[in-house]
Amino acid sequence: MTPLLQVENLSKHYGAHLGCGDVSFALWPGEVMGIVGESGSGKSTLLNCLAGHLRPDAGRVLFDTREDGPRDILGMTEAERRWLARTDWAFVHQNPRDGLRMNVSAGGNVGERLMAVGARHYGDIRAQASDWLERVEIDVGRLDDRPRAFSGGMQQRLQIARNLVTGPRLVFMDEPTGGLDVSVQARLLDLLRGLVRRLGLSAVIVTHDLAVVRLLADRLMVMKDGRVVEQGLTDQVLDDPQHAYTQLLVSSVLQV
Amino acid sequence: MTAYNFAYLDEATKRMLRRAILKAVAIPGYQVPFSSREMPMPYGWGTGGVQVTAACLVPEDTLKVIDQGADDTTNAVSIRKFFQRVADVAVTERTAQASIIQTRHRIPETPLIAGQILVFQVPIPEPLRFLEPREVETRVMHALEDYGLMQVRLYEDIARHGEIARAYAYPVRVEGRYIMDPSPIPKFDNPKLNNSPALQLFGAGRECRIYALPPFTRVESLDFDDYPFSATKAAGQSCALCGSTVSYLDEVITDDAGGRMFVCSDTDYCAARVAAGSTEDAA
Repeated sequence: MTPLLQVENLSKHYGAHLGCGDVSFALWPGEVMGIVGESGSGKSTLLNCLAGHLRPDAGRVLFDTREDGPRDILGMTEAERRWLARTDWAFVHQNPRDGLRMNVSAGGNVGERLMAVGARHYGDIRAQASDWLERVEIDVGRLDDRPRAFSGGMQQRLQIARNLVTGPRLVFMDEPTGGLDVSVQARLLDLLRGLVRRLGLSAVIVTHDLAVVRLLADRLMVMKDGRVVEQGLTDQVLDDPQHAYTQLLVSSVLQV
Repeated sequence: MTAYNFAYLDEATKRMLRRAILKAVAIPGYQVPFSSREMPMPYGWGTGGVQVTAACLVPEDTLKVIDQGADDTTNAVSIRKFFQRVADVAVTERTAQASIIQTRHRIPETPLIAGQILVFQVPIPEPLRFLEPREVETRVMHALEDYGLMQVRLYEDIARHGEIARAYAYPVRVEGRYIMDPSPIPKFDNPKLNNSPALQLFGAGRECRIYALPPFTRVESLDFDDYPFSATKAAGQSCALCGSTVSYLDEVITDDAGGRMFVCSDTDYCAARVAAGSTEDAA
């Protein structure tokens, strides 16, 4: 079996400042990888390099494409990367406003990816959009409402529906539960866990919330100052942290 | 007459324009940038169209200028006078006799023939303008054929109005490649763009863009499989003057009591039919 995503010695500098340095890992099909670390530790830089939004200074990112097997995404043309980004990949932003079109109805938001890959039957697009609203627990009656009329949690769920509608194989998530209150977070996590397991998705989840990775991630990578300081199975890392920073991180979680 | 260079613009400017036009013809539907000049009329009055016409005119040409289909409206009259004065070319109101037709918002009803040039005045050349605010990004979208967003706009129309509500400047796809704004012609005229024997040139003066449809270019209006494009006009009406039921009609309010009549927007087509004594419908 080949890994879905293989990252080799990825580095990104912002001038003299290190964004993320010398990161290597493999993501296998059906696996969820969590990346944790404090603010400024290079998590989002890493995610944006993986998703092709930022160009790393060094390293390779191999993605197992459907047609040609593993290919370096940095060597692809912009057209190929965009095609991947709207078919096999999904990117869930922390702020749903970054990932949604706020002046387009919920149905249009979900249908955009379908139309971008060539769907031209209004009835079919609409049926798929309704189906996906149901799957993310949004009332189908809201299909023609604009996202600005939605609550924060609903917007985030709509963003997830919009991303998953074309059946991607790899999902990038940047703090998917950030900015939501705890009960809404719990519901969203429950939904995500169900979708990821049911659809057999592979995912890379960046977060600073250890509860999120405990629930969703199979494996965990801990970053500090742009470097990976520890990685392993989620339960192993959280229950028996080896690195001093990971120990600090785990002990910093408030117990209610 | 000798006070001006032929067709107002100097020869170097005309060469620059012709190079842009040739490039536009070579890449149908692609917006070619050009260094638009100040013209002796305000933006929005057809400065782009006038520059394209000036670059194409030769002394043997016969020019026709229409505005909303009519030969006798302000914009048409002033541009026609302008070229009579600065180029001394023959002018006509008959579509069939013209070699160059500059138009605002219409395509003539009389079918165009090979050898004719139709010049459109374009206010907004970018079909993605109000969908994507960044011009840098719209250019990338054109380059990569990333046109899902345009379809989203049509989807939104159907979701909100039950049909594609866009009645003019209806987006088209050229030769299966570029999406193009056909200038604010009614969508009734869109089918005339397709496979036309005439050369069609589009000039946007303020936006500094020229684009073109060479003769016999495939031009398809965007739509959905289950909501196909239809070239609509005032339903069930016929022209009050010539009786045509197939031409595009203007609604004219005649008094303050709600009186109204429908007349052909193409004045040449209508006058020719009246002169021939026809008050029944024929193509």
